[in-house]
Amino acid sequence: MRYGATGVNLEIDLSRGNIEKVETDPKMTELFLGGQGAGAKILWDRVPPDTDPFSPENLLIFSAGLLHATPVPGANRVAVNTFSPQTNLMSHSLMGGFFGPEMKHAGYDQIIIRGKASDLVYLYIHNDTVEIRDATHLRGKGCTETGDLLKEELKDDKVQVAAIGLAGENRVYTASIDHGHSSAARGVGVIMGDKRLKAIAVRGTKDINIAHPAELFDISMKMHKRISESEGCGDWMAYDEDDSFHHNHFAWGNARVRRIDFWSDELQERWTKLKYDHMDRQTSCYNCPKNCRNVIKWPGRRRFGYKCYGKDTYHMAAFKELDFSYDILGVAQEYGLDSYSTPQVIAFGIELYDAGILTDKDMPDFPEDSGDRVWYLMEKIVRREGIGDILADGVSLAAKRIGNGAEQYDHNTVKGFEQLPIKLGKVNPAYFLMIATGEKMSITQIEGSFPQDPIRDMKERQAFVDKWDAVPDQKFKDYFMNWEKRNLMPTQAFCDIVDWNEAMHYIDDSIGLCGFVSSFRGQFGGDIAYHINNIPEFIALATGMEMDKSILWKDFQRIRNLVRAVNVRRGLRRKDERPPEDHWAVRDEEMEQNLLTEYYKFKGWNDQGVPTQETLKSLDLEFIAEDLVERGILDENGNTPVENEPAVIEKN
Amino acid sequence: MTGGKKTKIIKEIIVNVDKCTGCRSCEMACSAFHSVPKYSSLNPARARIRVYMDETKDLYVPIRAGDYTQAECNGRNSYTIAGKEYSQCTFCPAACPSRDYFKEPDSGLPLKCDMCEDIPPLEEPMCVQACKFDALTYVERETEVVHEEVQRGEMEAGIASLINRFGAKSVREAVARATKH
Ligand code: SF4
Ligand code: SF4
Ligand code: SF4
Repeated sequence: MRYGATGVNLEIDLSRGNIEKVETDPKMTELFLGGQGAGAKILWDRVPPDTDPFSPENLLIFSAGLLHATPVPGANRVAVNTFSPQTNLMSHSLMGGFFGPEMKHAGYDQIIIRGKASDLVYLYIHNDTVEIRDATHLRGKGCTETGDLLKEELKDDKVQVAAIGLAGENRVYTASIDHGHSSAARGVGVIMGDKRLKAIAVRGTKDINIAHPAELFDISMKMHKRISESEGCGDWMAYDEDDSFHHNHFAWGNARVRRIDFWSDELQERWTKLKYDHMDRQTSCYNCPKNCRNVIKWPGRRRFGYKCYGKDTYHMAAFKELDFSYDILGVAQEYGLDSYSTPQVIAFGIELYDAGILTDKDMPDFPEDSGDRVWYLMEKIVRREGIGDILADGVSLAAKRIGNGAEQYDHNTVKGFEQLPIKLGKVNPAYFLMIATGEKMSITQIEGSFPQDPIRDMKERQAFVDKWDAVPDQKFKDYFMNWEKRNLMPTQAFCDIVDWNEAMHYIDDSIGLCGFVSSFRGQFGGDIAYHINNIPEFIALATGMEMDKSILWKDFQRIRNLVRAVNVRRGLRRKDERPPEDHWAVRDEEMEQNLLTEYYKFKGWNDQGVPTQETLKSLDLEFIAEDLVERGILDENGNTPVENEPAVIEKN
Repeated sequence: MTGGKKTKIIKEIIVNVDKCTGCRSCEMACSAFHSVPKYSSLNPARARIRVYMDETKDLYVPIRAGDYTQAECNGRNSYTIAGKEYSQCTFCPAACPSRDYFKEPDSGLPLKCDMCEDIPPLEEPMCVQACKFDALTYVERETEVVHEEVQRGEMEAGIASLINRFGAKSVREAVARATKH
C-alpha cells in the first residue's frame, strides 16, 4: 500500500492517442518526493538532452506535490515541468488553487504528456476514465472561459481545469497555463500549446491513503490555526495597501527607471479606494486559511485574480497607474500570458521603437500613448502578428532576431529569462549567488528564508532571533546577530544562507507547499509556519517514510543536483550564471567570481558548476555521474573540460 | 403525545456567502471527521458540505447536505441577489440525481449533514472549526417545540434510497440475510 502518493502516473501520448496508467516505484518517492523532484527525474530519464523543446519527445509534466490531498494546509502547488524553448533549459512552474489535490483524488501523482495532437484536444480525467477529446470548439477561448465552458459541457462544477489561452495556442513563449485565478508562469503554456492541448479537466473522488491519519489530522488542524493567526504567513499585500516597496524600488518600463518618490499618501488613498470599489472578495487556494488572491471585477472585463506584485507589472511597464493594470489584467489572464515576463517584453519593444531600432515599418500605426502601446503590443504578441511574432519569443531571443543593436536592450535577463526589474547600488553577495545560480528562473523562487536586511536595534534583533524557530542550525542565528552591513558577511555565511533559502523552495516544490506559508515568507518577519524543523513530521505521518531533518535536507540536495544535472546536460555552464550586468551599479567582478567559485565548492560542484562524481554518489545519484562521464561532461577527476561546452544557450 | 411544552436545542450553522473565500477547508475537515475510523481518510467528495464555486460569477456558497431526493426538480428558478445570479440548485441541500453532490463516491448512497453529532459532543461542528473566515458560524438556540418533527437521519435516508433503487422487498431480504450472521 502506498501512503501520501497514489503510486500511479498517467501517461498520455497525444500523437498516438495512447493512454496508460503506470504504477510507480516507491523508491522514487523516497528519493525525489513528488512535485518538481519527481518531474525532474522523469525529464532526466526520458528526454534526451538534445531534444528540441518543440519536438514531440519533449514532455509536459503536471506533478502533484507529495502532500497534496492530505489534510496538510497550504499544500496545493502543483509543479509543471517541461523544457522551455526560451531558455532551452528545464521550465519550472507552480500553480496554486485546486488542481494538484484533484489529480491525486483522481488517482494520479503525475500527468505526463508526450507527443502532439493533430488539432486542439483536451484531456478529460474522471478517476479511471481518461479520454482525449476534441477541443476545436474551444479554439481562441480565454483561459477561465475555457474552464467555464468545460464545466458546463461536462455538467460538473467540481471539475478542475487547467487551460491555455490564445497565447499558448499561438506558442507565445511567455504563455502561462491558467487554472481559475491561479497561473503557472515561467514559460510552460507554450509547450502545452505546441502539443495542441487546450486544457486538462480533472475530477477525482478517490481517497488517498495516509500512514498515520489521526495524528496527521491533528497536527494539520493545529497548523491550520497557526497559519490563520500568523501575520508571518500569506501575502501581506492582500491587506496592506502600502505598496511603496515595488513602486519606489523596482524599475519601471523595460526595467529601466526608478521612481523613488513615486508613492504618496494621496496615491495610496486613491488606489485603495479603486481596489475596494472593484474587489469582490479575496480568495484562497485549497485548504489554506489565508486569502491572498484579490478578485477584481472591472467594467467590461472578465473577473480576474491577482496576488502581490502581479497587479503592478503592467502599469509599471506602461508608466501608468493601477487602473491601467486593472483594465488589462482581465484580458491578459484570458489570453494566458505570464504577467511577469510579458510586460517586460512589451516594454522592451517600446524602448526599441523609441530608440529607432524598430520603426513604423515594424509597428504600423503604433500609438503615442504608452498605455495604448502596451495594449497594441500585447495584441500583436498573443496573435504572433507582425512584430508580435518576434517579441513573442521573449526579450533575449527577440533581441537576437531583431539585431541592429537590440541586444543592448536585453539587459534584464538571466539564462535567457526575464528577471524582476530590480536595479540597485552595490552588489549584494547573497543576491549575486541566488540570481546567478538559481534554476527556477526567478529570484522569488530562491530567496525567502533569511531576512534581506539586518535589524538595526540590537534588542529587537535579539528578540527576533529568540523566537526564530525556522532556522536549520544555530549558526544562522549567529550570522544574523553578527550582521552589520547588508553586503558584508563571511563567504561561508553567504553560502549557507543561499543554500538554506534554496533548500526550502526545493522542499516546498516537491511536497507541494505554497511559498507564502513556507519558503518565501520567512524573510519577512521570520514567523513562518513551515520550516525544516517541522516539515519532516508532516511527511512522515502522511507517507510513513522514515523522515527527519537530515534526511529531508539530503532529499533537497539530491533534487537540487538532479535539476542541475538535467540542465548541465543541456549545456548550462558557469558562463550562464551571471546576474544582469546592470543589476547593481557598482560591481566587483573579481569578488563575484571568487564567490561563485567558493559557492560551487560548497555545493560540491566543479568550477563549471557541474556536480562532481563524489557529490553525486553521496546523494544516490551514481547514474547521473555515469551519464555525465560518458558524455564527457565530467572527466575522471571531476572536472568539466571547457572546450566541451556545447553552448546551447548562446549569450552574445 | 402529552401536548405539554418541551424545549429543545436547535443547532444551526449560519452561512455568510460574502465571507467565503473558497478554501474548502470545511469540506476537508468534514470528510475526515466522518471517515471510519475517524480521520482515517479525507476526501472532499465524501464531505457533507460542499462549496459551490463559480469564480467567474463570484459565487461561493457552502451548502450542507440535507435530504435525499429521488428526482430532480423540473423547472428551476434563478435568483438575483445583490446583483449576482444564482440558480436554485446553488442553494439546494438535496442529494439529487442531477449532480453528484452529497453521494458516497463508491456506493452512490446519499450523505447527510448530522451536525457532527458525537460523544462527547464537539464544541463546534468540524466545518465551523475549519472555517477561519467566519463564513460558517455555529449557533445553538433553545426553542419550544409543540411536537417533535420526524427528522430523517442519515441511515434512514440511506435506506430510503436503497429502497428506491432496488425495491423494498430486496432490501428487506438483504437486511434479513445480513443480520443473520
Ligand atoms: S498562502 Fe495564499 S497563495 Fe498560498 S496557498 Fe494560501 S491562499 Fe494560496
Ligand atoms: S456540521 Fe459536521 S456533518 Fe455537517 S457539514 Fe459540518 S462538518 Fe459536516
Ligand atoms: S471553510 Fe469557510 S471560507 Fe473556506 S470554503 Fe468553507 S465556508 Fe468558505
